[in-house]
Amino acid sequence: MTAIETNIAEEKARIAGAEKRLPQRRLRFLLGFVLPVVFALAWEAAVRFGLVQGRLMPPPSRIFATLYQLALSGELLLHISVTTARVAAGFALGVVTATLIGALAGASKLARDLVDPALQGLRAVPSIAWVPLFILWFGIYEQSKIILIAVGCFFPVYLGMLGAILSVDRKTVEVGRIFRLSTPALVRRILLPAILPAYVVSLRAGLGLGWMFVVAAEFMGASEGLGYLLVDGQQLGKPEQILAAIFVFAVLGKITDGLLVVASAPLLTWQDAFAPRG
Amino acid sequence: MLSIESVDKTYPNGTEALARANLGVKEGEIVAVVGGSGCGKSTLLRLAAGLDRTSRGRIRLDGETIEAPHPEVGLVFQEPRLLPWLTVAQNIGFGLSDRPREERARLVREVLERVGLADYAERWPRELSGGQAQRVAIARALAPRPKVLLLDEPFSSLDAFTRASLQEHLLDLWEAFRPTLVLVTHDVEEAAFLADRVLVMRPRPGRFIAEFELGITRPRDRYGSAVESAKRKILRALDLSLRGQREGEELAPAAAI
Ligand SMILES: Nc1ncnc2c1ncn2[C@@H]1O[C@H](COP(=O)(O)OP(=O)(O)OP(=O)(O)O)[C@@H](O)[C@H]1O
Ligand SMILES: [Mg+2]
Repeated sequence: MTAIETNIAEEKARIAGAEKRLPQRRLRFLLGFVLPVVFALAWEAAVRFGLVQGRLMPPPSRIFATLYQLALSGELLLHISVTTARVAAGFALGVVTATLIGALAGASKLARDLVDPALQGLRAVPSIAWVPLFILWFGIYEQSKIILIAVGCFFPVYLGMLGAILSVDRKTVEVGRIFRLSTPALVRRILLPAILPAYVVSLRAGLGLGWMFVVAAEFMGASEGLGYLLVDGQQLGKPEQILAAIFVFAVLGKITDGLLVVASAPLLTWQDAFAPRG
Repeated sequence: MLSIESVDKTYPNGTEALARANLGVKEGEIVAVVGGSGCGKSTLLRLAAGLDRTSRGRIRLDGETIEAPHPEVGLVFQEPRLLPWLTVAQNIGFGLSDRPREERARLVREVLERVGLADYAERWPRELSGGQAQRVAIARALAPRPKVLLLDEPFSSLDAFTRASLQEHLLDLWEAFRPTLVLVTHDVEEAAFLADRVLVMRPRPGRFIAEFELGITRPRDRYGSAVESAKRKILRALDLSLRGQREGEELAPAAAI
């Protein structure tokens, strides 16, 4: 069977499998909404019936009204795009450096002994502690924010990359050696597929931290972005705006994580993962 | 053809895994190496496969010294070691990446049929049983049609039924492609049933202590008297080697008993 035929057959099998599972999948997907919706309704009811004070704990209706107004004025889109752009830039910067340094440290014992202790030391510093320094060095505008986010994304990805390389089984590598793969072929055909699952997990962890650090970055002075909405909401006493921003963070975080998962899924279909059902 | 010439192997931690090992294997021959755990059988195959370097002596294939993995020498590991991200067909084609696509597809298909797994080409390794995985591993090593196939206890983790049927499979493959086989095993019956020649090893340091030319015609009857008596001879040599070890006395190296 040629590689193309192989691919087609694979694809067919995959599609057939997916179709069979689809209706059930769709229902499963709804399960995730049960808790939040029940909670929101209960909250709404509690405020309506006067059980709790709505001023500091605005009910979902007020939060969504705020979101709606922000969306109508175009502000919401602006804040979302500014924050997302910051996360994207910081994440990209952090991931690229972490991947390169992690790969280097994984490939060479010398590089590892040289770099790893220092990085482990830096990792022990709570990253927010860098904020004042970054402001002094890079100013209060975009640069310092992006670098802070990059620092946040860096460590999980670096650790993931290094750990994944170090845990590649010698026995698997020997399979490549016995078939006389060149070093580039060994990397492409054995090492990359072997480290990919752990690497994807570390990317997800890094992205999560990216969303966390963008808030810290926007706290240190920003006139746009979801973090700014938080600060602004606090200063003007608008809890519904704070909750609206938090809600948007949750949605964006979930969507971007989902995109990572979806993007990597075709590369990981072979995995024999523990996936409890029912 | 394959010759192991006074080979020593001492690991960096000081373990003397092999000492003065000598073995010549003829073309198309099936040689079995038996011996207890830790007597250097895997070490011997790893050296012959070019995965490790000898400490002294050399290993040659048709006169060419083996110092790195050689295209004409295949190795089946003790475990299947399939690559989980490749399908069965892709695993078997793994060592054929330098061949044109059509030839690769043909070689993979042929060997898949030979090991009776034609319907499993598109499965993932995780979807195979242990015996099926081991068959794929043998198919992968055989696909490039090496002149020499080294097998390191390929069936030791399988149940008796599966083992017997895989032994038949291996003989079928041997009939079809006539590779030279060096089979390491601690199953004396397996050695007596499959091999033309059986070598017995003794540990610390690992070396050959006995050699039997079986001279039994194929097809063999696994329970026939010829295989039974060969089995008894090998077992006696093994037993002798164990007792010799306990009493600390030296046996004549590589003496044909
Ligand atoms: N990489 C290594 N470093 C140090 N010592 C080793 C190494 N590999 C094997 N040894 C030692 O060399 C000796 C021979 O090992 P080897 O794996 O060749 O035995 P074996 O005959 O294959 O045993 P088994 O039947 O259990 O597989 C053993 O004493 C073992 O402890
Ligand atoms: Mg062994």
